[in-house]
Amino acid sequence: MLVTLLGHIKVGHGTKAHHHEHHHIQAPNKEDVLNLSEGERVELSKSIRVYCIILVKPKDLGHWAAARETWSKHCDKAEFYSSENVKVFDSVAVNANDLWVMMRKAYKITYERYKDEFSWFFLAYPTTFAIIENLKYFLLKKDPSQPFYIGHTVKSGDLEYVDGEGGIVLSIESLRRLSSVLADPDKCPEQGGVIWKLAEDKQLAICLKYTGVFAENAEDSEGKDVFNTKSVGALIKEAMSTHPQQVVDGCCSDMAITFSGLAPNHMHVMMYGVYRLRPYGHSYSDALVFLPPPGSDND
Amino acid sequence: MASSKSLMNLLTFTFGSAIGFFVCYLLFSIVLEEQVKIQPHVLHNDPHAQHSADTDNNQLQGQMNFNADAGQHKDEDKNIAEGLYHKVKILCWVMTGPQNLEKKARHVKATWAQRCNKVLFMSSEENKDFPTVGLETKEGRDQLYWKTIKAFQYVHDHYFDDADWFMKADDDTYVILDNLRWLLSKYSPEQPIYFGRRFKPYVKQGYMSGGAGYVLSKEALKRFVAAFKTNKCTHSSSIEDLALGKCMEILNVEAGDSRDTSGRETFHPFVPEHHLIRGYLPKTFWYWNYNYYPAVEGPGCCSDLAVSFHYVDSVTMYHLEYLIYHLRPYGYLYRYNPDLSKNTEEQSKNEALEDNQKIKQKISES
Repeated sequence: MLVTLLGHIKVGHGTKAHHHEHHHIQAPNKEDVLNLSEGERVELSKSIRVYCIILVKPKDLGHWAAARETWSKHCDKAEFYSSENVKVFDSVAVNANDLWVMMRKAYKITYERYKDEFSWFFLAYPTTFAIIENLKYFLLKKDPSQPFYIGHTVKSGDLEYVDGEGGIVLSIESLRRLSSVLADPDKCPEQGGVIWKLAEDKQLAICLKYTGVFAENAEDSEGKDVFNTKSVGALIKEAMSTHPQQVVDGCCSDMAITFSGLAPNHMHVMMYGVYRLRPYGHSYSDALVFLPPPGSDND
Repeated sequence: MASSKSLMNLLTFTFGSAIGFFVCYLLFSIVLEEQVKIQPHVLHNDPHAQHSADTDNNQLQGQMNFNADAGQHKDEDKNIAEGLYHKVKILCWVMTGPQNLEKKARHVKATWAQRCNKVLFMSSEENKDFPTVGLETKEGRDQLYWKTIKAFQYVHDHYFDDADWFMKADDDTYVILDNLRWLLSKYSPEQPIYFGRRFKPYVKQGYMSGGAGYVLSKEALKRFVAAFKTNKCTHSSSIEDLALGKCMEILNVEAGDSRDTSGRETFHPFVPEHHLIRGYLPKTFWYWNYNYYPAVEGPGCCSDLAVSFHYVDSVTMYHLEYLIYHLRPYGYLYRYNPDLSKNTEEQSKNEALEDNQKIKQKISES
């Protein structure tokens, strides 16, 4: 069973020009992975490696510090790509102020350095909080040699793109294709848009589209978004104020991967709320096993 | 002709300035409104501060039910929690009032109150729809202790046999019943003991913070109610938690240690943010002098198995409900394992005791 599963992940499907028709993408079925031993589960957990890119600027120092001390420790590797060198923290300085230019450089550097080490690439802004374990669970049965481009999608006219606020997930195949189209100034220029600049997350979608990579909205088994562009509080308020006379359904997924628009303090609260605070006597038999990061006191 | 031209000019000028002023006024009012909204956070400067009339003009309408989608909990094993539900019966009573039923108590009812074995909402007036118990008191800061006495009396008279432990909470307290049961499972309801966030001033054995909630054993409740019949404790006080604490000491009801097996506090007088963020509560704040055990800020402030938080507004009630009972990191092995650490602690304690006895024996034999 394990062999078949691993086979699925490594080998992939036959047709190389496989075009992703579906735009809504779901988490794996629990039944598929339940019959593994603990050792097999640990192996499976280790086989999905996520590299995290966080784009920062000096003005984001508070959020940057919070992201460093909290969720980014759960990435297999996390690096901060900053507009300029900052003495306080380590980062990869891309020497650019425009977000699209920063994003291009970050992806290019990432591909060059890490294309053989990671299968999935997660890009976030400083106000985003991510639960990497849930991201890995979501990606469990997806083949990274296929062109995946996943997140919270938005439709703008003809273009469906992943909203950067919710975090952007690319498989290694998508990153490879992106890397080559970035060199094409007609399809993927540094300055897109005729009259005014296009937002960087839209620019990314346009470039990827040229290479046959399309955005997909990620949902759980109940159809709830797992990448969120707002905070839990904001989503609660929104859901309740649009239906003030009713009892509305819970705003958010149990397997949520991201929330955004968080202040630095809120990231610390989320760490406690997600990785520590829980009710005694409730347990789950999960297919994967993730260990807490060494030498950490807030998770 | 010249005068009419200048009149025209004057009119145009006036009209133009009027538009200019109007636009500026709009812009300024928007900008200033933003600033006014960002009120400085009100730190509760008095440990016995009562909840003043809410500044929250935007009342949260409606309710949210996170338990509606049972689908996401298909693999959840709640056997241990359910076992404790039957073994450690807790009656919760929530201190509220007519003005707060829609603003606050409603959200308590929609979230954590459902997990009590029995829950009662105590108000000065009866309300058959909510429903609330009418204590026949007035509302207000100085009535709190009187309401507390009457509430415990009511619970004693009507529900004494229905529960083992009796928990008092405010309508802005969030209580995690599963963790409260875990704490109390190690004690007997026949013991004269009560638990909460222990404060040290004024009472030798300490007393429990009112807002963070406190829970009395069956025996403690029995003694408390009897104390007023025999005048062992006084009725008049405006400081509810302190008065109750003094009474408990007189009655030889023990102020328990509610910290977890790692020594972390479980009952909290504030929301998680205030405890988790270093420097949030200024060093001059009363809290640092009141806490019975050394107060900790940062991640060590709070147990993974926390029991309560206070000053929780309506949105935060649902936020906590979601974080505690729904959102979780798939496959994550929690760092703190309450059962494991307890076993190793006890094991090493027992081993040390045995070694001591062996040494004593050897000495007495020789």
